[in-house]
Amino acid sequence: MAAEGKTIDALSQFELIPVLGPVGRAVGFSQSNAHMLLAVGLISALMLYGISRRALIPGRLQAAAEMFYEFIENLVTGQVGHEGRKYFPFVFALFMFVLFGNLIGLLPYAFTYTSHIAVTLGLAATVFFVTTIVALVLHGKKFFGYFFPEGAPLWLAPIIVPVEVVSYLSRPVSLSVRLFANMVAGHVLLKVFATFVVLLGGLGMIGPVAALLPLSVNVLLVGFEILVAFLQAYVFAILTCIYLHDAVHLH
Amino acid sequence: MIRLSHRKVWHALALAALLSQAPAAIAQHVTAPNATGPVHTTAPLPGQQGESVAVRADTDRARAVREADRTAAEYQQAAQSDADKGGMPQLDFGNPLMISQVVWLLIIFGVLVFLCYQFLLPPVAEVLENRRARIAADLDAARDARAEAEAAEAGRRDSTARARAEAQASVAAAAQAAQAESAARAEALAERLNKQITEAEARIGAARDAAMGALREVATDATEALVQRLSGVQDKAAVQAAVQRELAARNLKTAG
Repeated sequence: MAAEGKTIDALSQFELIPVLGPVGRAVGFSQSNAHMLLAVGLISALMLYGISRRALIPGRLQAAAEMFYEFIENLVTGQVGHEGRKYFPFVFALFMFVLFGNLIGLLPYAFTYTSHIAVTLGLAATVFFVTTIVALVLHGKKFFGYFFPEGAPLWLAPIIVPVEVVSYLSRPVSLSVRLFANMVAGHVLLKVFATFVVLLGGLGMIGPVAALLPLSVNVLLVGFEILVAFLQAYVFAILTCIYLHDAVHLH
Repeated sequence: MIRLSHRKVWHALALAALLSQAPAAIAQHVTAPNATGPVHTTAPLPGQQGESVAVRADTDRARAVREADRTAAEYQQAAQSDADKGGMPQLDFGNPLMISQVVWLLIIFGVLVFLCYQFLLPPVAEVLENRRARIAADLDAARDARAEAEAAEAGRRDSTARARAEAQASVAAAAQAAQAESAARAEALAERLNKQITEAEARIGAARDAAMGALREVATDATEALVQRLSGVQDKAAVQAAVQRELAARNLKTAG
């Protein structure tokens, strides 16, 4: 459909479309949310079915489930320390949700919900509020000392405090834009080169041969995008852990 | 240390974000003709609806709107906002699906967090804990077995050493006994020999004394006979004394 008008339409893949008929339209349930449900279902299936045999020597699925578990557990305890153990399920949910969103989006006909700034900003805002509330609950008023490091000369306060506040408030922005931009860039590139394949393929005799070039680019891009999918989920999780570390320890 | 790594990660990520935005900017240039082309700059009039539907038939939104059986006014509004936003559906915050998407996101993600806390992670923790306990128990058993083996080895070495010591002691005792016996035998032999030597010396002494006594008698007799023959004097006592004196002097000389 992208190449029907002989133009490159790389952005219509991000359009939100209501699903589930009139009911879905009434509650604003788009295909993006359907893919979120699919991701939650797949995560649950992996963790529940994978571990269901509870084998001492794990099979493949169980090994995968345990690998994700231990990876995130090490991440959380390594960054936050043992006090961070109780936030581990939250970070795990975050990592898996982003990872599965990125990976499902790479399948044909699928939608990438992590390519929507509203979604990534929603997740980043959740992280922001969770870390801020954790810091306030653990440290009370002392939390505001975070914005003015101890031992700094007092006359620097007018400079340091605004800088610290701005850097603190910009966390959710950078967290969300990073993921959003990575996913959009990747999917736009995929779509652009896929369109080249179709356009070049229609150029008579040399078409199919010429189309091989963008096709091979796309093959490489898909591999790169799988790497990016893991990397961005990891970055999202580790930055959440760093923010949690700041919330628990205040510097 | 954590501060430092935080900074490093931050710089790396900022760079990555910059780099990753470059392709997006390029992509926007590529798609720019589509967004600013004649199709979008002229908002479709109600009368030209059929034509604009045909032109815009390539977007998913148009398909969705057609499938959703919206009214012409709704479609026009959607198309207008599509044209206004410059082509990026993610930035079309006028779309009501945008808000509902975030609401559903919060609901679905909340469910996932709840599932993780309640159902998904505890079994994994249990399995891992069981395995850790099993491995620890096996390691303990192995450590015990090794300690046992080491103890047995030490006992064996001990008994070997004891046996060797015993053997050495008995060998030494036997050697000592043999030495003592031979020493005693040698002593007895030496004693007997000494006794025999002493006896022999005594015998020799007696024999010499006897010989000396006989010599004095013979000398006295011979001297008396010589003196009598030569001088006719018969003084047994004076001869005897002279012989005695002469013998004692010789004896002294020989003894000396």
